[in-house]
Amino acid sequence: METAIQNTEPKKKNYLNADYGVMSWLLTTDHKRIALLYLGSITLFFFLGGFFAMLIRLELLTPAGDLVLSDTYNKLFTMHGVVMIFLFLIPSIPAVFGNFLVPMMIGAKDLAFPKLNLASWYLYMAGAGFIMYAILTGGLDTGWTFYTPYSTTYSNTNVVSAAIGVFIVGFSSIFTGLNIMVTVHRMRAPGLTWQRLPLFIWAHYATSVIMVLGTPVLAITIVLVALERIFHFGIFDARLGGDPLLFQHLFWFYSHPAVYIMILPSMAVISEVIACFSRKRPFGYNFIAMSSVAIAVLGFLVWAHHMFVAGISTYAAMIFSLLTFFVAIPSAVKVFNWTATLYKGSITFETPMLYAFAFIGLFTIGGLTGVFLGAVGIDLHVTDTYFVVAHFHYVMVGGGVTGFLCALHFWWPKMTGKMYPESFAKLSAVLVFLGFNLTFFPQFLLGYMGMPRRYHAYPPEFQVLNVLSTAGASILAVGFLLPMIYLAWSLRYGKDAGPNPYRAAGLEWQTVSPPTTFNFEETPVVTWEAYNYDEIDGTTKGVEVAG
Amino acid sequence: MWLFLVTEIMFFGGMFATYLIYRLSYYNAWVAGSQTMEIQLGAINTAVLICSSLTMVMAVHFAKIGNRKLTSICLILTLLLGFAFLGIKGVEYHGHWVHHEVPGLNFDFEHHGNYSSGQVAIFFSLYFAMTGMHAVHMIIGAGLLTWLLIANWRGRFTPEYNTPVEMVGLYWHFVDLVWIYLFPLLYLISHHHNG
Repeated sequence: METAIQNTEPKKKNYLNADYGVMSWLLTTDHKRIALLYLGSITLFFFLGGFFAMLIRLELLTPAGDLVLSDTYNKLFTMHGVVMIFLFLIPSIPAVFGNFLVPMMIGAKDLAFPKLNLASWYLYMAGAGFIMYAILTGGLDTGWTFYTPYSTTYSNTNVVSAAIGVFIVGFSSIFTGLNIMVTVHRMRAPGLTWQRLPLFIWAHYATSVIMVLGTPVLAITIVLVALERIFHFGIFDARLGGDPLLFQHLFWFYSHPAVYIMILPSMAVISEVIACFSRKRPFGYNFIAMSSVAIAVLGFLVWAHHMFVAGISTYAAMIFSLLTFFVAIPSAVKVFNWTATLYKGSITFETPMLYAFAFIGLFTIGGLTGVFLGAVGIDLHVTDTYFVVAHFHYVMVGGGVTGFLCALHFWWPKMTGKMYPESFAKLSAVLVFLGFNLTFFPQFLLGYMGMPRRYHAYPPEFQVLNVLSTAGASILAVGFLLPMIYLAWSLRYGKDAGPNPYRAAGLEWQTVSPPTTFNFEETPVVTWEAYNYDEIDGTTKGVEVAG
Repeated sequence: MWLFLVTEIMFFGGMFATYLIYRLSYYNAWVAGSQTMEIQLGAINTAVLICSSLTMVMAVHFAKIGNRKLTSICLILTLLLGFAFLGIKGVEYHGHWVHHEVPGLNFDFEHHGNYSSGQVAIFFSLYFAMTGMHAVHMIIGAGLLTWLLIANWRGRFTPEYNTPVEMVGLYWHFVDLVWIYLFPLLYLISHHHNG
């Protein structure tokens, strides 16, 4: 199957050398170039957020609050949260890999609305600008959740600017979601029916639904907070009869589904990678596809589990607890189907596969502790402790960031045409896994013992576990910095990847690496099911490039 | 475009939900706030907007059959009606300002009965947030209409290609529809009851 495209000259025109100059990037409507613009920006913000995280861990090295003042500490964890969630995790996989791969996987030339796609990057950067302005003019100390009445009345930091930033970034995410949905509906290659779509597309479709339905609710909530802060509207102000709890309802109506915006795309990546490196069609294709949709739907029905101690009725708490358990079902369906895919597969351990294994393990821990937290009794005990912090990071870092690194390694050859150095990549994957567990597993124990989050000082008996956690964070930081270095190195010195270094299925692997501006020489016609690894491995004929 | 409108529904939905919750909790304050509303002006505005929807539909129709001149006339009419709406809304806002009914900046509400002036302040907060957001959408709509006018004047639209006119039309109808909900909720349903 590779013979048809193997002879391609390396110097041939592709999307990277089709045009040069700064303006050719800033005014591009090529989805692949926009994906790279996003990749650059989110990497920058990832390391900024990581820098705040390192300061937090350094402060917590000793029980006394000796490195930073408590006010500064409040700002550090707020800015860590805001930058990581709104500027890294939410756009990470959908805006980089969704942008790059959705059109390629469905055999299209570009997304449905290329200009809207570029506009969404500019909106993202404008929003990021407002958030950076808030950070530079004294920081932000409300926590990433902007809880009222603190955010509307008491905080002395630049909440309005940050709120405007989050509002604008939200619209960038809505436009990305719209674009992906319309593209999947309208631009699939001939023969590519819904049942033949890669699971990556299914999960991104579900993610887009959440983006389109959830983000506007956050937008209006943030607008109301800003109005209340500027004009002293009373909507969330208890002194006028307003209800701060209403803010939490509106906020979590978006922000709980938002964690699925962050995790579903990672699951999308894992489905592709597991299938490729065990050379099998994913076990239960329909179940994995439908579980993505189920997560998107159920995700909208569980928001109040963030509010068990906030003063909602016991009856409501029980209902939301039950609905929270329901979300665990589609997540578990995915995990079981991935492991079933591994069964009797021809497994190899390339770097993306290592990350995929890390994802399954860490996400399972993160997901199961989520079930603990969904149970009202346990939640009352560990609310606002490090147990919650650990759970959240197991899902968001162990799941989200691991999935992002997995995708970055898996599709790096396609994006750049170069291979990364395998041994360094494996080393950093192991470092990330070990460092991550050392950082966050102690936090489960700390939380269970009752160490509250968001304080810069703590009793001395918690020190041993905190030192372990900080040590782990250092290893994790090395694990994140290494890929930066060797991936940049591979751009110049990496060996050429060829169109399909992993012999993977999927339309994106059938064109040259890096792809040409319009992806395919001729629109492919799909006559096979997704993940036809039996055909690829079994016969020399395998996938044919139609046209 | 339909998807984008779903987004907009969720956006306004957040405010409608807030409205509903507080109306249930602070019914008496709602009645008091609602009684200060100028129903005549609101009714005129409703009529103005419905007319503008009509002219918008006609613009879409004429764009489809390729009549550039009539398309332009209908777009201009729509635009004028939109500005008329905003003007009347401005008169209403001015009235609220004069009567000290703007929460935060200029608020002093005489109250009788078992509700607090704070609750009325919440009513007015929501009133300004909802109608203000609606007005912002109208202004964006006016910008889009101007853009259509220029494009139409340059002859960009043909019977084969008139999607932008149709899309802006959808948007304009949506914004009108929001008002069709806002008007009864804010002006009418609580008006004749006695707290």
